Amino acid sequence: MTHQGFPWLDLMIFAPAAGALVIAFIPGRSRNLIRSVALASAVATFALSMVVLAGFHTGEAGFQEGSVMRWVPQWNVHYATGIDGISLWMVIATTFMMPVSIMTAWNMQDRLKGYVALLLLTQTGILGVFCSLDMFLFYLFWETTLVPLYFLIGMWGGRRRLYATVKFFLYTLAGSLIMLGAIFYLYFAHQPPTFSYTALLGTPLGMGAQLLLFLGFFASFAIKTPLIPLHTWLPDAHEAAPRWGSVDVALTLFKLGPYGFIRFAIPFFPDAARTMAPVIVGMALAGIIYAAAVAIVQRDLKRLVAYSTVAHLGFIGLGIFVGTVTALNGSVLQWANQAISTGALFVLIAFLQQRLDTRMIPDMSGLAARMPLLSGLFLVFALSSLGLPGLNNFIGEFLILVGSFASGYRWWAVIGTFGTVLAAVYLLWAYQRAFHGPVGGVAEREVRDLRPREVAMLAPALAAMVLIGFYPQAFITRIQPSAAKVVKQMHSSVLPSSRSTAGLP
Amino acid sequence: MTPFNVPPIHLSGIAPEITLMIAAFAVLFIGVFTNDRFNHVVQPLVATIGFGIAIYWAVVSWGIARTAELQLSNMVALDRFAIFAKVVLAAFGVLTVWTARDHLSTHHLRDFEFYALVLFCVSGMMLMAASADLIVMFIALETFSIALYVMVGYRRDELAGQESAMKYFLLGAFSSAFFLLGIALVYGATGSTNLYGTPGHPGILSFLTGSSALDVGLLLLGMAFLIVGLGFKIAAVPFHMWTPDAYQGAPSPVTGFMASATKLAAFAAILRLFDVAMYSLRWDWRPYLIGLAIASMVIGSVVALVQEDVKRILAYSSIAHAGFVLTGVIAANDAGVSSSLFYLATYGLTILGAFAVVAAIGGRGERRVRLADYRGLYHESPLLAGAMTLFLLSLAGVPITAGFVGKLVVFIAAIQAGYWWLVVVALAMSAVAAFFYIRIIVVMYMSERLEPLPEGGGPAPVVLGAAGRAVVGVTALATIFFGLIWGPLIGLAGHATLFAG
Repeated sequence: MTHQGFPWLDLMIFAPAAGALVIAFIPGRSRNLIRSVALASAVATFALSMVVLAGFHTGEAGFQEGSVMRWVPQWNVHYATGIDGISLWMVIATTFMMPVSIMTAWNMQDRLKGYVALLLLTQTGILGVFCSLDMFLFYLFWETTLVPLYFLIGMWGGRRRLYATVKFFLYTLAGSLIMLGAIFYLYFAHQPPTFSYTALLGTPLGMGAQLLLFLGFFASFAIKTPLIPLHTWLPDAHEAAPRWGSVDVALTLFKLGPYGFIRFAIPFFPDAARTMAPVIVGMALAGIIYAAAVAIVQRDLKRLVAYSTVAHLGFIGLGIFVGTVTALNGSVLQWANQAISTGALFVLIAFLQQRLDTRMIPDMSGLAARMPLLSGLFLVFALSSLGLPGLNNFIGEFLILVGSFASGYRWWAVIGTFGTVLAAVYLLWAYQRAFHGPVGGVAEREVRDLRPREVAMLAPALAAMVLIGFYPQAFITRIQPSAAKVVKQMHSSVLPSSRSTAGLP
Repeated sequence: MTPFNVPPIHLSGIAPEITLMIAAFAVLFIGVFTNDRFNHVVQPLVATIGFGIAIYWAVVSWGIARTAELQLSNMVALDRFAIFAKVVLAAFGVLTVWTARDHLSTHHLRDFEFYALVLFCVSGMMLMAASADLIVMFIALETFSIALYVMVGYRRDELAGQESAMKYFLLGAFSSAFFLLGIALVYGATGSTNLYGTPGHPGILSFLTGSSALDVGLLLLGMAFLIVGLGFKIAAVPFHMWTPDAYQGAPSPVTGFMASATKLAAFAAILRLFDVAMYSLRWDWRPYLIGLAIASMVIGSVVALVQEDVKRILAYSSIAHAGFVLTGVIAANDAGVSSSLFYLATYGLTILGAFAVVAAIGGRGERRVRLADYRGLYHESPLLAGAMTLFLLSLAGVPITAGFVGKLVVFIAAIQAGYWWLVVVALAMSAVAAFFYIRIIVVMYMSERLEPLPEGGGPAPVVLGAAGRAVVGVTALATIFFGLIWGPLIGLAGHATLFAG
């Protein structure tokens, strides 16, 4: 095993799984102990990610803090991890939101043990995806993350959960298997065959092969982004997700597609990526507009927010494929932003549902009078989500749109801008219908406002939103070098002929 | 008068087989002279000790087999390929014995005869993996087949069991006849039934590599008949018709044994026959096997989608798995052989575990085997449902399970040989197959339990004895272990590509 210094990163990846293992041996009756252990391991994971952040060298584009270990030497499989500017904030957003996800289930009675253990396993899977530098290891995490989420929705979920889980599982599994085929091809395209990410970079590939392989990876990543028209599993999964909201938070972190595009699809197949970029930018724009339009007419708050994430992910997709450093910076940051803002919104919706037993907007009216704290927080997170300056999403969307405007996709960026207007329409209109107006519907009942504990849960998210909104520099300087490297890779070529001439002076 | 030359007799090549035969007779003798309660306690131990000694003989000859020799007038091969298969087969035998123990006592069946049958059966299977001559191969095939016919119909008071045993027997006898005809035709074409040749007589291998212009028409016909005979045993389409019925009607421990050990033995013969002896004819036999592989994967995966009986679902899944292993055989390279062995070993462990669970849930008379009977199993028995989930995920090929690694290595071997399009078909069928495995999981975890009927009917509670629990535990651990730490096993399987001859 080789690594620089203590393997904090690897420790961080497996800390949640270790917590899940400990929980497995606690009897199901000891609910206090179970949730304490779960929260402790989620918080410890966050602390470890802070150690990783402290050890991160700003200004370096390459991978840091990882380790390499031989796993199956005969087949050139390694355990290899590392982190760079692309994955850093995605990792931290994940470790940041998971304690919130665990805490939303604090008062849960029904099979708490399995619930939190599966949540922790999901977290290890997501962190593993972000940190794997070996295609085998990556696929392992990529695919196994699916299983705990599948059980979480299927066993604790609400209405239509069977339909949603089967759809969710088959969609993502089908995509993954297509990608597995592409990984096999890549394995043999290198001499000697290898799964190592860094070794596979720059493998010469003809245009036909690149397009085919790009589409193979695309199938999986587009489903997990999700890009329109492959998004339909997501609103269904959110709708069926358990009412405690923790799974919704996990699902916002489960959007691993953008990372896959940035890390694998573009650097491995730059020529194909450039060729396909207009198509994907088109899909992303369609997502921004279409998802926003669909969100406007949703009656279920959770479905509304689910569609809003599809729109956000459209922005992220746009920023990735326009091919400028600014836009890519924005996309990476925006991924972390959507995890925080939408995650927090989902938590608030869960609080609402626990109090009102409904999520339907027509049932609600004038809730603000009954629950000033909850509605105030909802407004702040909604404003963040729609891109109010001074809050986090504004920075991400601004960078994406500016970066797109500076690229060859100028007029596409103009269309994208309308997406932010639509976001204001669906979020504020929903807010107005549910929280303002005369007190009516379920608000006529006696309902409690947020407890201090519940406010405290969301306070860190609030702080992070303001921090990113006012001092984005701290975040972007760490993304910048790696983003610049990816953009450079995107504009390079791995075609066999151009490669041979590239080496000439 | 010519002196009679006694050929040198070395028994190390068939020491495990002989051990198992002795153990089988010991079981029978002890059984006759003692009472049932004594038998129930002691006989599984006797059988296990027999398997243990057989494994010991196999393991000690691993070193000798570095030179991969032929023994008994070149009738059996002592090579690492055979040893690998023998050790795995013995392990399957042990697991089957302990799974069957509970099952037999639940059904008040005499059990020592069953253990003897398992021992005879595994002995024949081991010989099958080691046979270097088509005649020996046939003897081995018949040895284990006849024992299996009896085991399939072991619950002889049940109509379903009788029917499936009858079906299996008739079709099995038919396929044996095909196999025999194949041997005759191959003999006619090459002048030998021996793969490697006996002193003074060239075998099939040297015949094929030696003669440049040979008339292969007769040989190809013989080969086709051999494929029919062996394709029946591995349950490949279109020779699969018996599989769902036999798997459904047989006692679940026997079904698990058939799916794991029979497949391994028959595939061992296929690997030796096609990837070694007839390697130079690979361009002729590949089309046959490719057709078989694609048909098995497609029909196995698609037909399983509409099944309502868990045993039938697993039967069709085993047909699909035969197709997956065939892609490794078709690769016909070292990676193909080692990955097929790895696949068969891990698949066998998984499916034995799965059928141990099925046997436990089935209860007396195995009446609880429909998909609807698995509703809410999680609430009833979380550990059993968890183990079954693990097995199903492994069968579906989800990572961190052995099933995923098996698929990975087999597909990589096939791509190495240039059959990437076959792998594309296999991946597509894996996606289809995922659906019916998920269906079982959905039913176990996400459906409410069937309410017991007012008159006291409804599902019987699940009972699983200590032995059954141990089998499920061991196979579940193995499924995870070989999914994560698969280097050592694939390394051993890599050594097992060392064939005699």
